[in-house]
Amino acid sequence: MNIQDIANKLKTDFSESVEFLEDTLFIKVKPTDWLEISEKLKNHDDFKFDYLMCISSYDCGDKIKYGVAYNFKSTSIGHELEVRLEVSDDESIPSVVKLWGSADWHEREAFDMMGIKFDGHPNMKRILLSDDWDGHPLRKDYDTPEYYRGMPVPKDKTYWE
Amino acid sequence: MNSIIDSLLSLLSFTGLPYYILVVVAILIAGVHIFLLMAIFATLAVYFERKVSAFMQDRLGPMEVGLVGFKGGKKFWGGIGQTIADALKLLTKEDILPNDADKKLMILAPFIIFMGALLTFIGIPFSEGFIISDFNIGIFYVIATSSIGVIGIILAGWSSNNKWSLYGAMRSAAQIISYEIPLGLSILLPVLVVGSLEMSEIVAWQSEHRWFIFHSPFTFIAFFIFFISGLAETNRTPFDIPEAESELVAGWMTEYSGFRWAIFFLSEYASMLIICMLTSILFLGGWLSPMTIFSIFPDNWLLLDGPIWGVFWLFSKALFLIFVMMWFRWTFPRLRVDQLMHLCWKVFIPFALANLFFVAILELIFL
Amino acid sequence: MSKQDKSIIKAEEMVLNMGPQHPSTHGVLRLKIHTDGEVVSKIEPIMGYLHRCFEKHCENLSYEQVVPFTDRCDYLASMHMNHAYSMSVEKMLDIELPERVEYIRVIVAELQRIASHLVACGVFGLDVGAITPFTWALRDRERILDLFEMLCGARLLYNYIWPGGLSHDLPPNFIQYTNEFLDYFEPMLKEFDNVLTENMIFVERTADVGIITPEVGVNFGVTGPTLRGSGISHDLRKDEPYSVYDKFDFDVPVGKGIMGTVGDCWDRYWVRMREIEESVKILRQAIAQLPDGDVHAARPKKVRPGKGEVYSRYESARGDVGFYIISDGKNIPYRLKMRSPAFCNLSVFSEISEGWMMSDVITILGSLDIVLGEIDR
Repeated sequence: MNIQDIANKLKTDFSESVEFLEDTLFIKVKPTDWLEISEKLKNHDDFKFDYLMCISSYDCGDKIKYGVAYNFKSTSIGHELEVRLEVSDDESIPSVVKLWGSADWHEREAFDMMGIKFDGHPNMKRILLSDDWDGHPLRKDYDTPEYYRGMPVPKDKTYWE
Repeated sequence: MNSIIDSLLSLLSFTGLPYYILVVVAILIAGVHIFLLMAIFATLAVYFERKVSAFMQDRLGPMEVGLVGFKGGKKFWGGIGQTIADALKLLTKEDILPNDADKKLMILAPFIIFMGALLTFIGIPFSEGFIISDFNIGIFYVIATSSIGVIGIILAGWSSNNKWSLYGAMRSAAQIISYEIPLGLSILLPVLVVGSLEMSEIVAWQSEHRWFIFHSPFTFIAFFIFFISGLAETNRTPFDIPEAESELVAGWMTEYSGFRWAIFFLSEYASMLIICMLTSILFLGGWLSPMTIFSIFPDNWLLLDGPIWGVFWLFSKALFLIFVMMWFRWTFPRLRVDQLMHLCWKVFIPFALANLFFVAILELIFL
Repeated sequence: MSKQDKSIIKAEEMVLNMGPQHPSTHGVLRLKIHTDGEVVSKIEPIMGYLHRCFEKHCENLSYEQVVPFTDRCDYLASMHMNHAYSMSVEKMLDIELPERVEYIRVIVAELQRIASHLVACGVFGLDVGAITPFTWALRDRERILDLFEMLCGARLLYNYIWPGGLSHDLPPNFIQYTNEFLDYFEPMLKEFDNVLTENMIFVERTADVGIITPEVGVNFGVTGPTLRGSGISHDLRKDEPYSVYDKFDFDVPVGKGIMGTVGDCWDRYWVRMREIEESVKILRQAIAQLPDGDVHAARPKKVRPGKGEVYSRYESARGDVGFYIISDGKNIPYRLKMRSPAFCNLSVFSEISEGWMMSDVITILGSLDIVLGEIDR
């Protein structure tokens, strides 16, 4: 099924949450209905997206919203799908850990790098950075801290030359 | 059979000194020679192992360090002085005893293991009449003293004050004690057939009949059980789970450095030699020449037999078995602890008991 | 039994740490192991010791400058990383590549696959205790690294496959040396097989251990030989052929549970060994079909894709590499995300190692074939 058909099928049940713009390759979903939509994407016979390939987080650029892109594939039917959700700092996205096990670490990485919160995740800790790091590095307005536990974070070579 | 101590005593009796001083002197002379044997053998065995492993892995091994006259570099014997250089280096290393470790026990452990190996050599014959001290309980003494090493291992693991060392020492102790049972049961076969515990009697029986390994199919199986249990006794692969495993850095030897560690190493190679010599004596005809297996040669024709040739044959059989031990180490992966125990208790012991039973019946029928 | 008796008999749970520095964790990985005696109840992998902010760096580099950085992600299969990234940029730019470039890329990628699998199988044997096959595998890998050195001057991190082409054409005797290598290598592989694959002790250590069922595998995003060992025939080179893979005739080995259950460690090791043979097959066909041409013909002067995003997938030695690039029209990427296969393969580790013993933990970790550079980026 191509992306237009998938979008139309989803819109029949979740018309306010699902948005598909022409000439794009992704579907935009609102976080409120995300749990039901993802459950339908995994289990419904038309979709059967059992393989969550990647969860990427991105910065929308306006310092307000941050987005998450889910890439799905179905191993039985063979079609692919990209779903995007955009939230601001005070909203959070429901976690899909119970449906796809690969979401576990990918969501932790999205939280670690971009600061997006996921509800219902069993172990929401930083994964790549140490637990007491400040800030979320992949945001466009991120400033590296001056010191980390008393060690200077080198911005240029004058620190060690 | 005359023993070396007896010959030494009779040699020194011309001096007229009291008996007890003569005994002490004789014991010292014999002890020094045994220690020299162990040290030289360990040196050669380590070099042999490194070269054998290197050639099996398609590399060269030690090549640079030469000895007097043998220059290092190009030829395949290039690194012949490597072990002596390593031993000298270990002698000059700093002697580290961790603060929280039990110092007295830590110092004691290598000595106990070393004593176990040294005491065992006293009862092993190198040829006819070439035995340090002639016991009439022969093998029994050898097996008893070779078990002293377990105490040293447990002391080493406990006194290191290290969770991992203790773990490794316990595993090693369990392994050694378990595998002594098939070892002992397989030793009972020659004892049963020959009717004596003395090793010289066993070799004499083999010279009259045939090598013990060919005595019956049961002794053939017993040879393999004995040899593999011997591998487990000395913690060699595939049973080296206490020693070279990936999770516990070096097992019970972790906290030892310098010359104390060298003593552990020395006693491991010495116990390898003991097991291989025991196998040769009990099953492979000891100091008898292989020419005697085939009775196609007429008598007195280049049999290559005799006291001096005997030492040569015994050592060459033992060296071949040591090569097989090294071959195993570099070919096989290692067994997991529960698979090791399963092998001992559920495979070897039933087979060894069955062997004993059937050989006893054979003896009864064909007496 | 009264409640008090039960609490006395219950054994304490011990938390062990297999720290970042360890001979068998394939890199700087920390494992927190909760054990009950010898049996493991929970494993928590802690990573991040090799995190070098690859994705943040890429937001300040031009598209061509990113290529050496992709090398360092999976350093044991750098050609695959380069190729995957170049393919994603070419997808955005819609470039048509000359045939010679595609064939050389396939040759180099399959050589890299053999090298990476040799390390994986050798190190797996080393973890289990067999030291000799490891040295043999590395000896054969040295010959492949010599070929790569002849090609681009580097032994491990190549920076060879650039978006739109390659950095150099093949040197004059490369094909002849590659053929010599292939003739030398096939009997060596049989030797390796003889020593390790059917060895009773090896089979006892690895068969029926660490079973990944197909449902768990797909659910956790496991790909590559790790998933194919569980019986699922899922290989991007066959299912969605990219480059010129549809011109070659090769099989996709799939674990069948020959020595135990389908999906155990032995199956994953066996799949890797058979994949080396298939790569040799592909190499011979590619060398025979290699056309002439100019490798620099399609290299774009400026890499400036339009606005949009792309998610392209590639079959590397460890599995499914994905590059998700969002571009906003400039010559530097806006957001570059690398989906690393070892990251997802490692996430299934705690699922499958519950209930096994400490020695099995090492075996299972070795069979997953992870590279920390790729997990931490």
